[in-house]
This record gives sequence, structure tokens and C-alpha cells, in this order.
Amino acid sequence: MSETIQDRVIAIIAEQAVLEPGDVSLDQTLEDLGIDSLGLVESIFAIEEAFDISVPFNANDPSASDFDISSVAAIIRAVEGLVADQAA
Amino acid sequence: MKRIVITGQGTINALGRNVSETLEAMREGRCGISNLEFQDVERLSIRIGAQVKGYEPDKTFNRQQIALYDRFTQFTLIAAREAITQSGLTFSGELAARSGVVLGTSGGGMNTLDENYRSVYEDGKNRVHPFVVPKLMNNAAASHVSMEWNLKGPSFTVATACASSNHAMGQAMQMIRTGMADVMVTGGSEAMLCFGGIKAWEGLRVMSKDACRPFSANRNGMVQGEGSAVFVFEEYEHAKARGAEILAEVVGFAMTSDAADIVMPSKQGASRAIAGAMRDARLNPEDVCYINAHGTGTAANDKTECAAVADAFGHHADELMISSTKSMHGHLIGGTGAVELLACIMALRDGVIAPTIGYEEPDPECALDVVPNVARDVKVGAVLSNAFAFGGLNAVLALRAH
Repeated sequence: MSETIQDRVIAIIAEQAVLEPGDVSLDQTLEDLGIDSLGLVESIFAIEEAFDISVPFNANDPSASDFDISSVAAIIRAVEGLVADQAA
Repeated sequence: MKRIVITGQGTINALGRNVSETLEAMREGRCGISNLEFQDVERLSIRIGAQVKGYEPDKTFNRQQIALYDRFTQFTLIAAREAITQSGLTFSGELAARSGVVLGTSGGGMNTLDENYRSVYEDGKNRVHPFVVPKLMNNAAASHVSMEWNLKGPSFTVATACASSNHAMGQAMQMIRTGMADVMVTGGSEAMLCFGGIKAWEGLRVMSKDACRPFSANRNGMVQGEGSAVFVFEEYEHAKARGAEILAEVVGFAMTSDAADIVMPSKQGASRAIAGAMRDARLNPEDVCYINAHGTGTAANDKTECAAVADAFGHHADELMISSTKSMHGHLIGGTGAVELLACIMALRDGVIAPTIGYEEPDPECALDVVPNVARDVKVGAVLSNAFAFGGLNAVLALRAH
């Protein structure tokens, strides 16, 4: 597969933010991108479907879950971790 | 304008099979939440709920009735029988024509939908039972109550998600107030604890996997419940003339719309509904001693609700008690306001304030007296019951001791 995890996560986030993938940068937060709580839950669902993984995330306390959503880069790292765990 | 009093109440929910069992559990701060039991529960990530356990429909209903009554209708009929029996009313002639039934539900016959979708999609069957539609429709419960008790006046069902019961009871009150009806049977019911019902809620990621801890800093979401509560609302002079026992007076109601977001609550919308109910009831903030909170145990609701109460009550917010009984009976969605009204009536009649159980850590964003963990004996004169639905639809009732 030529497309990296990073590309696929950015594509999902870009679609949610109604932006071109090229306009999403790694240091941006979801807030910077204008993604609200419903958009976040929808992005996580799309990530779970795309990678066939289960993302530990509770909307009541996003910071308490192991899944770091503080920036685009953090989300990519978290997804890479979950994909690697699944392969292990 | 006519006055409205409550002359009967009935219920079945995870805390009890009737009103006295339910109130005893609330006084003791007992939790009705446990492991869910139904088909395919192992495919869920959320496996707890306030389920009515050990319920055997065939002890109450015959085979023909069970074929026609979804679980939410069965719960409603059980609660209505208790409430109407307590009221001592029989409906015939002119009274029947001037009596109706308005009930709240969100999911209606969700178990019937779930079972029949499973049958046609998963089991590949091409034929369903002929009563699927009359069983699952949201107005089935209201219609069966009208048939069982000969209620021939205004009757319908209200569906405003988590505020359904409060909106229904508000409508019932307005109908008596304006002279459209003399007696209204009202309340609500929900039976959403099935695979599809919980699976849908899982998707929102607002459900707790372990407990419902409203207002507690470590809360992590809501827990669903099921059941019903039904009340007899009666025009005051009518009740007085026949010497009926009056449980409480319904004095005010207000509803507002946030017009803002499909899931996130708004402080302004909630606060306007609270202030509106007090104004409608001609109550001053300092008259209100207790609020039965919407208190779902989600991060968003509880802090918004506390801010709305502070906004509507000013300094008096620090004096009043506010508890969420959802910590015990779970969130009955469209039936929740009805079960919560039982706690309001208990506060007014018995001077017992039901606690918020599961409370572990204070949250500075919910810095009100939430009656943590233990019921309290306090004589109260007026109470409010809050309900704030997804979709930003808010409904608040005000009751007074009689």
C-alpha cells in the first residue's frame, strides 16, 4: 500500500474540516481546523472504519483517554500505535 | 385559569415494581444499574444499564396482549393501572369525554424494531408478525391506556428525546388549565435496552462503562434505564368535590428551544426554561427548595445545567438542593421526566430529598448542593423538575405541596 497512515488520517481530518489535505498541517489542533465535538466523534468513527481498529475515546473526558487528540500529529501517532498493536 | 392537582401515580422501573418500592429505593440511595441481559450484549462495548430485571410479562398480560404490546407499552399499562387505581376515578359518560392521555416516549417500540430487523436482515426471514406496526408505533402506549380506561378526550404522544415526558406532562397540565379536559393521564415510558438501542448510543461516545456519577468530577457519561411512570392530573375543583387525596399541585411549566446545536446543551436555553417555569408558577427563586436535575452524568450536561441554575436563581442557587436520581434509575430517555417526578412528589409529600448517588469528587464547575449519596429529610414547599433534550428542547415543571 503506497498511501501512509499519515496520508489517510489527514484525508479523514481534511474531509471533516472541508479542506484540501494539503491545507492541513501537522501542528494544527482540531479547534484550529474548525472541527467541533460532533466532528471529532465522526472523525474517530471514520478512523476506526478505515484501519479496522478500536479507538479508546470517551467524549466526556477526551484528555483522560489514551488516545491523544491534541494535534493532527498526535492523532497520527496514536493511530500508528493502535495499528502497530493490532499487528503485534 | 383552572388549577391542576395530581391524584394518582404509578411506576415500574429498575428501582421498583410500583411507587412505594421505588421511593424506598430512592430514600436508601440504592442503585438500579447492573449488567445488561439481552441477546448479543457481548457485541456491545457498553454493557450496563438500569434494566427491569426478572420481569415476566405473562404474569400480568395474556398471550394476545403480549402479541400486541411492546415492552414500552407493557410498562406504561402497569404504571397507569397503579396511578388510576390510586386516583379512584372511573371514566364514563361526560367525564370519559373530558379525559385524555398524553405520554412521552423517544424510541417507542424499540424492542419490536430490533427483534424484527434481526429476523428479516440477520435470519433472512421474509415474513414478519402482522402486529409489528401497531406494536412499535410511538403512540401505541397512549392508545392502549385510552382503550383500557375509556379515555375519550385529547390523546397523543410527544417525542422530544430526553424531554418527552416533561413536554407531555406540560401539555396535560395546559389542557386542564385552559378547560379542554378535566382529567389527563400523563407521564412517559421507554424500553430501549436492546442490542440496537444501546449500539446506536455507543456511537456518540457519551455512555459510561462503569457507573452514572452526576456532578462528580470523575463522571464519565450517562447510563441508560428503562421503565415508565404515569400520573393522574386532575382539575382541582373536580378533585376537591369528590374528596380525592391530592399528592401535589402542578403550578408551572415552561419550554424553550436553544436553536443552537443538535447535541450540545445551552446555558441560556436551560436558564430561560427554569426562569419561565417559576414565572408561570408565580414562584420567586427563594420559594424553590429542590430541583430534580436533568443530571445525566455527562461532562456537557452537568456543568451547563449548574451554570443555568446559577443564572436563573442568582444567590439562591447556593441555598437550594439539586439532585440527579438518574444515578439510581438511569436515564430513561423519553420516560425519564416521569420517573423523576416521583422524586419531586416525595420531596413535597414526605419531606425526603432523593440523593445523587455515586458522587465521589467535587467538581468546581458543579458547585451546588447536589445532595451527595445520602437522602435528606427537609420540608419543602416548591420544587422544579428539569429536562433538557438533544436538539436543544427544554421543558421544566414546577410543583407545590398541597
